Amino acid sequence: MWGSNARETHPIFFHHVLKGINNGAKMYAVDPRRTSSAEWADVWLGIDVGTDIALSNAVAREIIAADLHHKEFIERGTTGFAEYAASVEEWTLERGEAETGVPADVIRDLAHTMGLADRVQICWTLGITEHHNAVDNVLSLINLALLTGNVGRYGCGVNPLRGQNNVQGGGDMGAIPNKLSGFQDIEENHEARRRFESAWDCTIQPKYGWHLTQMFEAMARKELTHLYVIGENPAQSEADANHANHVLEGLEFMAVQDIFLTRTAEMADVVFPASASWCESEGTVTNSERRVQRVRKALDPPGNARDDMQIIADLAGRLGRTWDYGAEPREMAENVWNELRSLSPMHTGMSYERLETEGGLQWPCTSDDDPGATFLHGRLWSTDPDERGIPAPFSVVLHELPVDELDDDFPLRLTTVRNLSDYNTGVQTSGYSSPLRRDEALCVSPEDGERYQVKDGEVVKVSSRRGSLQAPVRYDPALRPGLVSMTLHFPDEVEVNVLTIEATDPKSGTAEFKATAVRIDKLANGSGNGRGAGAGPEKSSAGVDA
Amino acid sequence: MDLHTTEAAATDDERAAVDEVLGSPASGWRGGERDERSSRVAHGGHDLREKRHLLLPALHAVQARVGWISPGALNYVSERLMVPPAEAYGVASFYAMFSTEERPATVVHVCDDIACKTGGADELCARLEQDFGPSGTPGEDGRTTWLRTPCLGLCEKAPAALFQTAGEGRQDFTLAPVDAEQVEAALQSKAFAWQREYGSTPQTGRHDLRLLSRVGVADPESIDDYRANGGYLALRRALEIGPADVIREVTDSKLMGRGGAAFPTGVKWNAVAQAPALPHYVICNADESEPGTFKDRVLMEEDPFAVIESMTIAGYAIGAHEGYIYIRGEYPEATFRLQNAIDQARIRGYLGDDVMERDFAFDIELRRGAGAYICGEETALMESIEGKRGEPRNKPPFPVHVGLFGMPTAINNVETLVNVLDIMKEGGPQIAAIGTTDSTGPKLFCVSGCVEQPGVFEVPFGATLGDLLHLAGGVRGGRELQTILLGGAAGVFVKPDELDLPLTFEDARASGATLGSGVIMVFDDTIDMSAILLRIAAFFRDESCGQCVPCRVGTVRQEEALHRLIDANGSNGSNGSNGSSDQELALLAELELVMKDASICGLGQTAASAISSAVNRLGMFNGGPQ
Repeated sequence: MWGSNARETHPIFFHHVLKGINNGAKMYAVDPRRTSSAEWADVWLGIDVGTDIALSNAVAREIIAADLHHKEFIERGTTGFAEYAASVEEWTLERGEAETGVPADVIRDLAHTMGLADRVQICWTLGITEHHNAVDNVLSLINLALLTGNVGRYGCGVNPLRGQNNVQGGGDMGAIPNKLSGFQDIEENHEARRRFESAWDCTIQPKYGWHLTQMFEAMARKELTHLYVIGENPAQSEADANHANHVLEGLEFMAVQDIFLTRTAEMADVVFPASASWCESEGTVTNSERRVQRVRKALDPPGNARDDMQIIADLAGRLGRTWDYGAEPREMAENVWNELRSLSPMHTGMSYERLETEGGLQWPCTSDDDPGATFLHGRLWSTDPDERGIPAPFSVVLHELPVDELDDDFPLRLTTVRNLSDYNTGVQTSGYSSPLRRDEALCVSPEDGERYQVKDGEVVKVSSRRGSLQAPVRYDPALRPGLVSMTLHFPDEVEVNVLTIEATDPKSGTAEFKATAVRIDKLANGSGNGRGAGAGPEKSSAGVDA
Repeated sequence: MDLHTTEAAATDDERAAVDEVLGSPASGWRGGERDERSSRVAHGGHDLREKRHLLLPALHAVQARVGWISPGALNYVSERLMVPPAEAYGVASFYAMFSTEERPATVVHVCDDIACKTGGADELCARLEQDFGPSGTPGEDGRTTWLRTPCLGLCEKAPAALFQTAGEGRQDFTLAPVDAEQVEAALQSKAFAWQREYGSTPQTGRHDLRLLSRVGVADPESIDDYRANGGYLALRRALEIGPADVIREVTDSKLMGRGGAAFPTGVKWNAVAQAPALPHYVICNADESEPGTFKDRVLMEEDPFAVIESMTIAGYAIGAHEGYIYIRGEYPEATFRLQNAIDQARIRGYLGDDVMERDFAFDIELRRGAGAYICGEETALMESIEGKRGEPRNKPPFPVHVGLFGMPTAINNVETLVNVLDIMKEGGPQIAAIGTTDSTGPKLFCVSGCVEQPGVFEVPFGATLGDLLHLAGGVRGGRELQTILLGGAAGVFVKPDELDLPLTFEDARASGATLGSGVIMVFDDTIDMSAILLRIAAFFRDESCGQCVPCRVGTVRQEEALHRLIDANGSNGSNGSNGSSDQELALLAELELVMKDASICGLGQTAASAISSAVNRLGMFNGGPQ
């Protein structure tokens, strides 16, 4: 469990993890904080924020040095091992300890456990991906899986835990800038592109689109002037919120389609009230194990809210295209799905009938008699080169510290976290009460509380190079000296993204929410404000980081 | 595990007590200091959860040090062992010797159970109530109190008391017979003279004894004396003939369990020996809690090496390398002597990595119960060793397949194990020749109550009830025999005209009785049987673990019905608003049926046995004795 507090952020998934633990599985947790997930671990490795590559390289180096790497698999199913091995050679246990803070003997223990285990799964979430070098972080974990042959076998592999029940489905359906439905590349897969063009009676440009961060850059350049936002709240979820709001305010036109009137929707020219997908819509979702499952409508949406499909189809009609998938939601959903099956080979075998009777199917499922795939990449183990296909490449990845450096002015590392009681910016959760909910606070280690002479509950000023805000302090023993944390659940009370940095990964476009340099200042009137009261953002003299 | 504890913190004393059992905390995450390393690493998970079985010893340590288990201490134990605090509380509050509420450091538990009632317990309790207030009232200085307690297993020297004394260096002890002056001195925190008396075997000195041959003869604290009296010859022979032949000898002897269930020991051992899952465990069930039973206590106190040697043979036979003795918490002297025996056996190579240099590793851990009758039930006992509430498991699977820590386990009663020594020395068929065809070998009986000379008696199977009464010198003071309780609180009352009953498993069964754990409790015509029955009903109500409904509710209803019956019969025969005696008796019969049919374990299944026999066999509430 690397950079994931699944106990709180993926409670249902973690329930299955607990079953595994109960059956004897060992768990290692790599996380700067000792999270509630880490409390279940056999070993917790408390790394410094942003040193994941240093740790994985040191683990890899130890696995190779101890001759525990899977030579047969590396030989048969991978490329680039020699370069990779050379690149990690400098990452001795001692260097790993110096860079990550994790004691050398513990790094060694992780390496040997991984090297000797029959099956290893590496699960991660935003602790890996919300960094300026997110893709490199992921590649470094994939390297470990390749190195130990934990790919393409039942019960092994790399597992990015999804934040929603249908993040995978969004990608599957082509809601990403570079792929058509079924992960068919827009630029490279000409055959697929032509297939879509013929089915949709239109021309598809062989050109990757912008991902979210690039869109914001284009908006800032006034190159992107019109925005259609579906089910997203960028006014509050983007890093460096002051900047994001400024950019959104500069748009010529924005339409927002959502089940709630979000902060973003409040800024919109047009708002489409949508149905809640899990109970007011027909369709499918795809979960983290690539299992496509049916979603059925149980309730009529309230008021003027409508199914997303119908909104989009009507919009197409206004724009001069006739999308006739039927009038009734169930019929419409199945017709859209069948069109997808005709265009995306990995979904072809998944009729609604099969999805319903077989309790969902895992792609690829290319024909009616294809049972689907419980795991991917098994081909890499084949002794037949043709069947094996393109080998999986090792990637040389270099360790880079977070962009927002610590110095005497900003000596504390702020990392953003999530709690079980709340979900992201709270759009879907803040309307409900929870016995576990606690007010937003700056969590600090008891040692830092003493060092900065701030009491538990005292409101302080928290500043980064981009902005500052006020928040009460909460002592949290899960943190070590130098590490502080805040959630992003209550943007209306404490807008933590005023502090965060927009430094993004050039490959994925994800911002480095996990590593901000901050400092704490006592307020002139001390703790007189009381917990929570008066907390809120204030613009620093640095102003907006344009 | 992410624990959610309250903010209550353990005192230094409490931490020290726990650390003595668990060692010092390994890191800041487990109750130690937050240091540089613990800001980077935490170990836990499986390694820690596997130590759950230390929960009871840790709670014992706290109770023994400060006299109760405070919320802070409970939090500390929970953190150290990664046990959810609610579960730890569930365990701590399950056992009678633990208190989760503040309580004086010295508690005198005065037995008011049925055997002690025949020895003046009621008079003793009445005097304490008069002088100090009812059970549970703190003494003047707040440092002492007294409590009524169920049977302490000291029935042959009634009345009895257990002195539970918390504080560093202080030890629990028992006194029997105890007098009011001693209890009152303790309650006033005054020094008083006391001497724990042994010598509960009137037959000592006879040469035809097997199980009791060393009792009162050999020094129970000296392994050399044990060896000088035939000790470790049995283990030597076992190691010579090999595990399969040990089991064959035991099977040939037709040894049956002496704890009450009378299951063939050879069959049990063979099943465990054959079980593919590893490791195997052997447990000595020394949780002798059946009211009126004290034979195992006498064996453990006076011949502890015999228990250790026979367990070692059992371990060897079934392929176990670890054994547990689970001894009831009310037996501090037996605990001391067993631990001494284990320590000496280790030093002399009779336990350890290489037992008697025969390439066999075996060791024994002694675990103290904490006051729960139910833990004598074998699966409840295993739960208790594992650090849980002593709630019986559903069977099957049986312990021979899924026992302690889920592994194949042979669990035997103390007396059963000690029988194995002569089987090894003389051979199974020779021992099988003793007794009757279906009940073989020697048998210990615990004779208590209104007799001249109570104690543990050894006879071959087949001796009659009258023989035992005769051995014990007959009814005290030459009075008239009213009834005999055979088999304990879970047994049956028999009539004075049933003295010819041969004490064998088959004869007892045929007459609708049971030998149970070998209890023969004699009541003369001065005893108020209504009070005895109420005490038995209260005992089961109190000791029901509460897990299954028939027993939890049934034992309460039984006691209530009994009260109504006795109140009605005690006055002018009218029943007030509570229905007729017939109706109450019908209700009792129905309760018995439900508890017998539907309870998970033997406690509920036998909770109505004695009361039912008083009604049906003695004819109480129907013109019979009251």
